[in-house]
Amino acid sequence: MATVTSNEAPGSPRRARRWLTGFRERETWVAYAFILPWAFGFLALTLGPMIASFYFSLTDYGVQQIAGFESTSYIGAENYSNLLDDPRISLALKNTFTFTVMMVPGTMIVALALAMILLRVGRSGDFFRTIFYLPQITPPVAAAILLLLLFNGQVGAINRGLDLIGIQGPFWLTDPSWIKPSLVILSVWSVGGTMVIYLAALRGVPQQLYEAAAMDGASPFRRFRNITLPMISPALFFTFIVLTIAGLQAFTEAYVAFFGAGQTGAEAPDAALFYAVYLFRQAFEFFEMGYASAMAWLLFAIIMVVTIVNVVVSRRFVFYQGAQK
Amino acid sequence: MSSRWKRSGLTLTMAALCVVAAASVASAQPWESASVAGPSQAGKTLTIYGMGGRDDVAQGRLDIATKVIENTGAKVSNPVGGFNDQAFLARLAARDVPDLVYMSRSLIGTYAARNALVPLANCLKSEKIDRKQYRAAALAEVSYKGQLYALPEFTNQITIIVNNDAARQAGVNPADISTTNWAKLRQANKKLLRIENGRLTRIGFDPKIPEFFPLWVKWFGADLISKDGLTAKLNTRQSIAALEYTHSLIRDHGGWDRFKAFRDTFDFFGSGNPFVKNQLSATPFESFLYNVLADNSPNIEITPKFFTNRKGGPITLLNGSGWAIARGAANPDLACKFMKSMTAVNSWKAVAKSRFDLRKRQGRAFTGLYTANTKADVEIYEDIYQKIGKKQFDDAVDLLVAAPRYAFALPSSPASAQFRQAYIDGVNRVLAGQQNPRQALNQAQQEAQKAINDAK
Repeated sequence: MATVTSNEAPGSPRRARRWLTGFRERETWVAYAFILPWAFGFLALTLGPMIASFYFSLTDYGVQQIAGFESTSYIGAENYSNLLDDPRISLALKNTFTFTVMMVPGTMIVALALAMILLRVGRSGDFFRTIFYLPQITPPVAAAILLLLLFNGQVGAINRGLDLIGIQGPFWLTDPSWIKPSLVILSVWSVGGTMVIYLAALRGVPQQLYEAAAMDGASPFRRFRNITLPMISPALFFTFIVLTIAGLQAFTEAYVAFFGAGQTGAEAPDAALFYAVYLFRQAFEFFEMGYASAMAWLLFAIIMVVTIVNVVVSRRFVFYQGAQK
Repeated sequence: MSSRWKRSGLTLTMAALCVVAAASVASAQPWESASVAGPSQAGKTLTIYGMGGRDDVAQGRLDIATKVIENTGAKVSNPVGGFNDQAFLARLAARDVPDLVYMSRSLIGTYAARNALVPLANCLKSEKIDRKQYRAAALAEVSYKGQLYALPEFTNQITIIVNNDAARQAGVNPADISTTNWAKLRQANKKLLRIENGRLTRIGFDPKIPEFFPLWVKWFGADLISKDGLTAKLNTRQSIAALEYTHSLIRDHGGWDRFKAFRDTFDFFGSGNPFVKNQLSATPFESFLYNVLADNSPNIEITPKFFTNRKGGPITLLNGSGWAIARGAANPDLACKFMKSMTAVNSWKAVAKSRFDLRKRQGRAFTGLYTANTKADVEIYEDIYQKIGKKQFDDAVDLLVAAPRYAFALPSSPASAQFRQAYIDGVNRVLAGQQNPRQALNQAQQEAQKAINDAK
């Protein structure tokens, strides 16, 4: 990927002048016209609610305030200090991190393996690519119901399959140690999107690199380690970031399977209490909107820190073709 | 015109404007001071929210109540859709406040404590609604700080259903399956359950915890929360003992994992229900199941029984839904009329008669209606219900008609949802083997009381 370098210091007056001069051109206006719908959406539907939620996180916002029966009172950082006193916050964070740590590498490894297989199967590749992608378009709610059916400890298909090879499967949905692994397996099942990205990246690796390495006697594993992985590292990095964020925001499957409308509310195992699930419950079941807003900002901060660390660390491992070091 | 006349004219004009303004303000006052809706409601529309699934009984009463409103000249907007907290909050935020809300009675306290509902004292007065006609336990569910916030509608009471086939196979007399003597019940449980090749194939006695945990605590005569809904009592000696005992019934099956995995496979509402398939020997269950069983498995052999306390007296836990008026409602007077009609004896009787006739034509059993209106239940039983001719269901109806006399309900609390979740989480921690009953209920007590204190 080519990069453009400039000697101008960011924010210099010369650069600002150039930016303003651009508006004499019709193309600039057209370009901004194309950007406008997104900009409006971002400001109105993302940034606006974010600012509002930050404000609410400093208040006692609840049902009375929503309905306009009482004015909203500023309570400073009380909601944030309450986060530290709430033992369920640490439980929910622990569950969420554990899930993410298992789900991200699991998804990446399976997706890469499938992509590499698809690269080698020739004409039938298109058919299998569609098959592997199908779970991705399954609605998460349906996937959660599937989880309950497949992973039932007594009659579920997973344990029946394990029975056939002489393994007694665990009680996936009731044993606290197995609830998160079952949700991870469900996530890995929907690996199609990541697989397609890897497939595109793998197709972009120049064949002559493999041919040269083969002539030098490099083993398939060495070629994979020294050619494939560096060449697709931008794709790996992108999916790593995206999956990490998705893992930290995991909600639908856990909520529907263990907390949602289909349940009596009596299931609610601690092991499935993900951070986003607890946030939702605080907001829409317990009506603690201010507290839930503070929770949302804590999650945002965590995701930001994790992403920044990933980006910094990635500089050592991610190889961009054409990039200057 | 002299200046005096001018002054007088101006004064009169000002006075007239004041009268008009005062009238406008008066008409915009909250409903508490509004008068009874007369036949001059033309142009108004009563908006209703939260009425989801509508069977013949619901639709019949909706038709009656809608007619009452239309007779005043007003219209009714009542789109199909169940109550959802998120949607309701969104409507409050948009100031699109529905006049009348249909919701679970367990939510009333939470919304009432947050001022989102209107107390019904004036509604009862203006529409001359006799609150004594409603069941005391149901009224307790919808009262907060001495004020009534909703009119209770349907009622589900809990009784025990014994599967006679399972009992026979296990050599247990259905009459001996009783919650009065816990030691005997545990013995029966061990005989009734069946494990084959390491797999659980029949549950003995399912205590249905955490859902019915309050019922097991009531066995001692104790409660999980004070009558005013402000003091949690989750870690009392009685609560701990109830949890230890009910957990032991589940442990007898090989543990919660095995028990729940098996129970999750049950289809309670189909013809292949766990009683027919002999997968379940006995359990407390809500009253609506008899109706389902009478439809799907009319020849099933079951024995309906009271859940009894330690002295042998019947007890039952009530739950259900109710009608409430949202604060800020534009037409609270119409809302009051509507909910009065929905819960009135005559409305219940009319739909009960329709259902009885319909079922008769279809050759299906009519197992009665169980409402929060004592008078309606009695009149339906005496005037409309006829013996089905199947002893198990006739006995069930007799039991259900008598059951509400022994009923209790969890009183409303400003943090009903958190309170319920606290004890459910506590029981689940015990079932999952993460804590012992004392630890779990101590934690639950702290969580529940904190939530109540924060909300009150």
